[in-house]
Amino acid sequence: MSLPFQPEILWSDALLFVLLAAVSAFVLHVRRHEHLCVPWLRVAQSRIGMAAAVILAVYAAIGVLDSLHFRPALPAEAGQPLRYGNEVRSVLDVVAEPLRTRVEKTYSEPFALHLYAKENLTLADGRQVRDYPRLKHGGAHLADERERAGDIARRAIVGGLWGAGLAFGLWLLLGLSQVRRGRGVATATARMLHAQEWAAWRTALIALSLLLVLGGVLVQLAGHYHILGTDKVGQDVFYLSLKSIRTGLLIGTLTTLIMLPFALFLGVAAGYYGGRVDDLIQYVYTTLNSIPGVLLIAAAVLVAQVYIETHAELFDTAAARSDLRLVFLCAILGVTSWTGLARLLRGETLKLRELEYIQAARAFGVTHLRILSRHILPNVGHLVLITVVIDFSGLVLAEAVLSYVGVGVDPAMASWGNMINGARLELAREPMVWWQLAAAFLFMFVLVLSANLFADSVREAFDPRAEQR
Amino acid sequence: MLAYIVRRILYAIPILIGVNLLTFALFFVVNTPDDMARIHLGAKHVTPEAIERWKTEHGYDKPLFFNTAAQGVAKVGDTLFVDKSLKLFAFSFGQADDGRDIAREIGSRMWPSLAIALPTFLVGLLAYIGFALVMVFFRASYLDFAGVVLCVVLMSISGLFYIIGGQFLLGKLWHLVPVSGFEPGWAGLKFLLLPVLVGVVSGLGDSSRFYRTLFLEEIHKDYVRTARAKGLSERVVLFRHVLGNAMIPILTGAVVVIPRLFLGSLIVESFFGIPGLGSYTIDAIQAQDFAIVRAMVFLGSVLYILGLLLTDLSYTVVDPRVRLE
Repeated sequence: MSLPFQPEILWSDALLFVLLAAVSAFVLHVRRHEHLCVPWLRVAQSRIGMAAAVILAVYAAIGVLDSLHFRPALPAEAGQPLRYGNEVRSVLDVVAEPLRTRVEKTYSEPFALHLYAKENLTLADGRQVRDYPRLKHGGAHLADERERAGDIARRAIVGGLWGAGLAFGLWLLLGLSQVRRGRGVATATARMLHAQEWAAWRTALIALSLLLVLGGVLVQLAGHYHILGTDKVGQDVFYLSLKSIRTGLLIGTLTTLIMLPFALFLGVAAGYYGGRVDDLIQYVYTTLNSIPGVLLIAAAVLVAQVYIETHAELFDTAAARSDLRLVFLCAILGVTSWTGLARLLRGETLKLRELEYIQAARAFGVTHLRILSRHILPNVGHLVLITVVIDFSGLVLAEAVLSYVGVGVDPAMASWGNMINGARLELAREPMVWWQLAAAFLFMFVLVLSANLFADSVREAFDPRAEQR
Repeated sequence: MLAYIVRRILYAIPILIGVNLLTFALFFVVNTPDDMARIHLGAKHVTPEAIERWKTEHGYDKPLFFNTAAQGVAKVGDTLFVDKSLKLFAFSFGQADDGRDIAREIGSRMWPSLAIALPTFLVGLLAYIGFALVMVFFRASYLDFAGVVLCVVLMSISGLFYIIGGQFLLGKLWHLVPVSGFEPGWAGLKFLLLPVLVGVVSGLGDSSRFYRTLFLEEIHKDYVRTARAKGLSERVVLFRHVLGNAMIPILTGAVVVIPRLFLGSLIVESFFGIPGLGSYTIDAIQAQDFAIVRAMVFLGSVLYILGLLLTDLSYTVVDPRVRLE
């Protein structure tokens, strides 16, 4: 059997799938226990939290699509076994194929028809002039350049209507499911549009509908124009921004995945056992903490970089190399960031250890391992969750700074940090190239803002102290 | 008090040894001097002789821990560990790859760093606490809500954008301040305004929101109610009672960074072209000058531990109940 493509699982993909599996297992576990559902239901009642969750879900969906990698087959030669290329693609690349392949020569403004730089052109009658050449792909379908505004408006409206139609279908479907549960059409409509307990879900649906409309407009336009312009080598900036989503999300989540075992194990052990164990663990995290974070990360990344450079033979594709660097970066961020959570967990465990039910469990001769897993861990869960959710946005922001310093992800990898880094020189040009910076800002801001808002509603729902206020 | 300080300094020694071992492991064991030489020489010029020559020139031509060629104490003493790592304890940082003395560079570059970092810290602290107090004064009103929304929005913007935006608006568009540069003395004041402003604004969202929560926690306590019942004005309650009692958590976060102000900010200094320690470090990272990075890691740890000590001492100033024995 020979597929037209060969699935390729990079290290970060594998870790991401582990993470997804862990999250699914967690969700199943929560759903089976009613008392664990209570705080989540409280999150579901927060309107801002739900709207933020919808946006996060869209980002996550794009990130996951971009993590399903494969290597396409090379054009088959007669009698030869099928061979696969060295270029690693993702499902997102296939979906956004026109964005990826329609490369211009160099910079062009959003929705531009012409390149940003002048060139020598030969006119039809043989004369040579110096002018801005037409783009090869952006707006190439237009016969007359003056049609541009009308064409853009028409496409935007058509796309918006498509999105609105989809959104309407969604509302209708949900309404119908209400009707099928035995409620009348009037009650179902009233419930969906006015019921107080539906307020948060309604907000989520409205957010989703708006995103669908926006998505429709973007799909219609992106196929024919470079809606966010092109970068120095003519790549579509919108495509780069979409590809950067995966990098940002991976930094925010894989770091957590790597940091959690350290923080949980060491923090709880220090608090529970006390004495020598506590001294040793405290010593380790004070030492790690006392090194300035950026410098430790920089030092470790430099070391990793040297390792990758001197062992080039270990990586068969460029994607594998830059991917390993990303995983390295996550691991290093994880090692430097577990100390905060570990200290929190140690303090909480110290408190829990002295509580009566744990004293009782110990008096009954329950083993340490069982006490830890059944009595301590579930009771520090809220701390872990709150910290993880809050840390996420900080990590996404940190990626940009680290890439700027030169110790972030691989310079060839699409990431917002690399886009900002490149934009520094572009801003000094005359006229200014602002679109790459604006795109990075927009995509990052929306992600981090929704992450912050979501984190707030999670904290409010899980923090026992928040209730009294 | 003195005994406490001495004990704390003694506690610091094992931590610094740990830092020292960790950096040594990172820079010499995982990443051998041969690798370093290869990176610096570039792919074309790598011959065993060239590597040996580079190592001799930069003083890396010794064994890691144990020198079999030497005699007596020198068997342990004449090694990379002693030469490159233990000497950091005496603040002898050795030479950078360009041959300059690192300690002297640090001595001259810390002043520009301080000129930016100290005003940023002080103005920032005042601005954050002030903003938080205003929000708390108008708590549970639309003004408070708008303040929190503003904080969350400000928090969600990467610090890089504040710098780029500030440089563009104030420097390029409105020509209020120079875009970047530095000059020692009062004449250089115009260069300091923008970095300080950017530094303060970029921390506004995070810190003000944090301080607001601190103040709100205090404001629901009994002593505040008593103070109000006595007929004290809201202003006196906020400034004397709430602020006074929220001082401990504020100090916990603020004092610890004071010693590290010397190191400056990597990003701000490199964007604004300030010849401080931050840009020194970032240049070293980009040029892969490991000697400088090692020195800065060690210095950073020393200053952090100093900051922890200062934090504890500051508690005794604001809270008479705290006694350090």
